[in-house]
Amino acid sequence: MDKREQAEQLTRYMANFVDHIGKVLPDDIIAKLDELAEKEDSPLSRVIYSTMKRNQKLAKELNRPSCQDTGVLQFWVKCGASFPLIGELEGLLKEAVVKATFQAPLRHNSVETFDEYNTGKNVGKGTPTVFWDIVPDSNGCEIYTYMAGGGCTLPGKAMVLMPGAGYEGVTRFVMDVMTSYGLNACPPLLVGVGVATSVETAALLSKKALMRPLGSRNENERAALMEKLLEDGINAIGLGPQGMGGKYSVMGVHVENTARHPSTIGVAVNVGCWSHRRGHIIFDKDLNYRITTHSEVTL
Amino acid sequence: MLEIKDGKKILTTPVSAEDLAEIRIGDIVYLNGSMTTCRDVAHRRLVEAGRKLPVDVRDAAIFHAGPIIRPLENDKFEMVSVGPTTSMRMEKFEKEFVEQTGVKVIIGKGGMGPNTEYACKNYKAIHCVFPAGNAVVAATEVEEIVDAQWRDLGMPETLWHCRVREFGPLIVSIDTEGRNLFEENKVIFNERKEKAIEEICKQVSFIK
Repeated sequence: MDKREQAEQLTRYMANFVDHIGKVLPDDIIAKLDELAEKEDSPLSRVIYSTMKRNQKLAKELNRPSCQDTGVLQFWVKCGASFPLIGELEGLLKEAVVKATFQAPLRHNSVETFDEYNTGKNVGKGTPTVFWDIVPDSNGCEIYTYMAGGGCTLPGKAMVLMPGAGYEGVTRFVMDVMTSYGLNACPPLLVGVGVATSVETAALLSKKALMRPLGSRNENERAALMEKLLEDGINAIGLGPQGMGGKYSVMGVHVENTARHPSTIGVAVNVGCWSHRRGHIIFDKDLNYRITTHSEVTL
Repeated sequence: MLEIKDGKKILTTPVSAEDLAEIRIGDIVYLNGSMTTCRDVAHRRLVEAGRKLPVDVRDAAIFHAGPIIRPLENDKFEMVSVGPTTSMRMEKFEKEFVEQTGVKVIIGKGGMGPNTEYACKNYKAIHCVFPAGNAVVAATEVEEIVDAQWRDLGMPETLWHCRVREFGPLIVSIDTEGRNLFEENKVIFNERKEKAIEEICKQVSFIK
């Protein structure tokens, strides 16, 4: 394959992958929802969970996006410095989104700011979003694909605390979001928390936290403790499915962290809804691929 | 009209104030008949710009939603995927909207505030939640898209006038007495939150 053919191949793969993740949830999310459905016993919770289950079955059978808000596409790329298509990647991801938009179909979710018109193609200035990490001494490429819907994007919040606020301040910051906007963001939620030095460093970490597999823990012992404490604490609020009351509120809490300036604690929270449409695919230099989030998929 | 079929409470448009009188927050109902998708810009056009809604929603339902539509031949459309969007965005406009249009059933996601409570109580309407993210279930309960107005707003914001059959489950979140399920829950959630924060803070004094 020459380079042009390779680029076309990768565009096709990514369009098909985007199409797929809009219709079928990742394996870990499906398992967690089944587990939470079993544990809820109020009639209202049961009706909601059984509607969710029926919806995912219908989406697969009818080959339709399971939620109408197929989001703004976000890609977090961990690209090897010598991946053959590194220069073409950003352009071809945009093309893949346009292709998937008409193929799936996806909703047209790109409104140009200031000019305030919908582009009708689901892409625009700076959308899809591409977050880059360059991996030295590698010729492969990992891509996290995420459909950031409006409902679960709304609660997003970042601020810089004074160190005096401490991790107690971080706790209140996260918990307050849960009862203000969180309950409208389609619980049970996946909660991503970034603890760093400034708003943008914390915010990006809080989004990356949502890409981790459910059940994984931060490798720092105290950060892992904080994940567990927040998880139990938010569950104790009892948001239930759709925020209408129940025994559980979250599918998980993931904390990601970096070092901070001695005078600041940057903190951010991002949430994923129950319909957490993220995918993870790994390509080698010849575009052989492996999908870690969804079993039984051929692109 | 309100009927109970196989234990399901089913509202059929036109819906009257009497049909809604006994319905309370937390009840689950289903809808037959006329429902139109209607969200941000449509509310703004009616309330701020004083433009008349091009679809008659009196005694019928609106749905805070932006669907995925597939165009068919002869100016017909297929509902591929439709689910509720955050209702709170329309709170600013809903009192005037209900007053001017005479809509009886507002369907969306999450809670709404005092403007909508006022409207539900005084103009006898209800706000319901369709469990969000279940867009294929909702789409298969739409029998036909009978009209499409204000198409200049693009796919999500167009007024898609639908005929629906047993559309639901719809969980009543504001009733005609103006009671608000989300606001009542919020009080409980906030109490529990304060207790949880207190517990967590005992264990996170990492800065010493």
